[in-house]
Amino acid sequence: MTTVITVPPSLDDETFEQVFEQVAAVSVDQKVLVDARHTRWSSPYGLTALLAVGQSRAEQAAFAGPEAEDTASYWARAGFYRHASEVFELHGKVPRTREAPAESNVLLEITEVARSDDVHTVVERIQSRAQAILVHELHLDPQATMRFAMTLSEVCQNIVEHAGQGGWVAVQTYQYRQRLGRRAVVIAVCDAGLGFRRSLESTPGWKPRDRWDDAAALEDALVRGVSRYRDPGRGQGLAGVRRFVGKWDGKLSIRSGTARITIVPEWDDAVPLKEGLPHFPGAQVQITIPERVQPG
Amino acid sequence: MTHHIDVGSVLKRTVCDLYSNLVTRPTGAAVRREIEIVLCGLAEPSLTVIDFSQVGLLDFSCADEVVGKLLDGVRRQVIVTDAYVLVRGVRDDHLEAIEAVMQRYDLAVIVETEDGAWHVVGPLDDGMRRVLDAVHRCGRIVPSELVKEVEQPASTVEASLVGLLARRLVMRDDDAYVSLQSVM
Repeated sequence: MTTVITVPPSLDDETFEQVFEQVAAVSVDQKVLVDARHTRWSSPYGLTALLAVGQSRAEQAAFAGPEAEDTASYWARAGFYRHASEVFELHGKVPRTREAPAESNVLLEITEVARSDDVHTVVERIQSRAQAILVHELHLDPQATMRFAMTLSEVCQNIVEHAGQGGWVAVQTYQYRQRLGRRAVVIAVCDAGLGFRRSLESTPGWKPRDRWDDAAALEDALVRGVSRYRDPGRGQGLAGVRRFVGKWDGKLSIRSGTARITIVPEWDDAVPLKEGLPHFPGAQVQITIPERVQPG
Repeated sequence: MTHHIDVGSVLKRTVCDLYSNLVTRPTGAAVRREIEIVLCGLAEPSLTVIDFSQVGLLDFSCADEVVGKLLDGVRRQVIVTDAYVLVRGVRDDHLEAIEAVMQRYDLAVIVETEDGAWHVVGPLDDGMRRVLDAVHRCGRIVPSELVKEVEQPASTVEASLVGLLARRLVMRDDDAYVSLQSVM
């Protein structure tokens, strides 16, 4: 029997919890159909997390894409279908992935990250467009461009080093009207691999503490800079990401397993640590850097 | 004699001639191994200038591999050579990554930024910083002169010099202490 997973009309990090909830209720070896026919909009997080859903299933999931042509066309241009065909059995009308001009708001179309070379590719691609968009459109300091690329590099490396399998990254700008009332650039990096807790548990000689769960693992990694490697230089990547996000009044959230940890800026009201979420493997990261309000 | 290593060229030669960004641990490890081979082949004591001016991005992981592990290996003599290292051609974003790494290892390194200014990057107490500044100003100085230069008791200056030598931030030449920049 196939279970239908209904994708909400508008797909972002919050509404995606509805998808995770439905997926968590179905054993991985059971068939699911991810039904996005009525979806009209998705953030980069939504698109990359959908791919992670496909990746998480032992029995290949089916996928029905948006019926709205403009939405389907946009998803195709963002690179979604190219990757979806690898992890889903595609149903219905699949838009042709033509050699179309890139969307002006897409800094990086959905890109697979599985090996270190992929991280190089991501960084090379983003640098060519980041300067123009971050500085001229979002009014960030020119120095932010390099830090932005460093941040992207570090979050992508988390997949290579800790996921145990590939994942996807996408970077876009969009109007963040609901909370911010201004534009923002968003990095989304999602995989369905080991996740933070299992990665830290693989540390040689690791022993569980009194309180040990997904939330504790996220706190260890993000707040305390703990890594499964013993080298003193490890664990700096996420610390650097935190500094970058803090400096530019950004928001960082990492969901892994049943928990989500968030570095919350003043403009947002997210819960810093949310536990008891529906279980989903791997790590799903979103970084939001808002447009800088120019004085005067 | 001072040896010069252009990290951008090492990156292209050892990893990929299309890359100008120092990102990912495997890339950093490959570049560090190449630098280690060069260091171990130099006449001792050696001074090596590691030049980042042709490097685009330097992320934290690569800074750890190229700078952190290299200097830590030299300090602990895992890399068995009497080597001193200066870093140059460093932009602000490079500096941020190198600073974070130095903190983690409790190491310090002398860095020349793009504007030509020298900075000591990494944790170093005020006494050692004062003594290091004085050695840099004078180029070569004996401890008795150094005591006058920094207006500190001889025992304090001596302790600072021990710390600077252990961190390989100054060289010893008979009774005198020599700044690395003056050897360049």
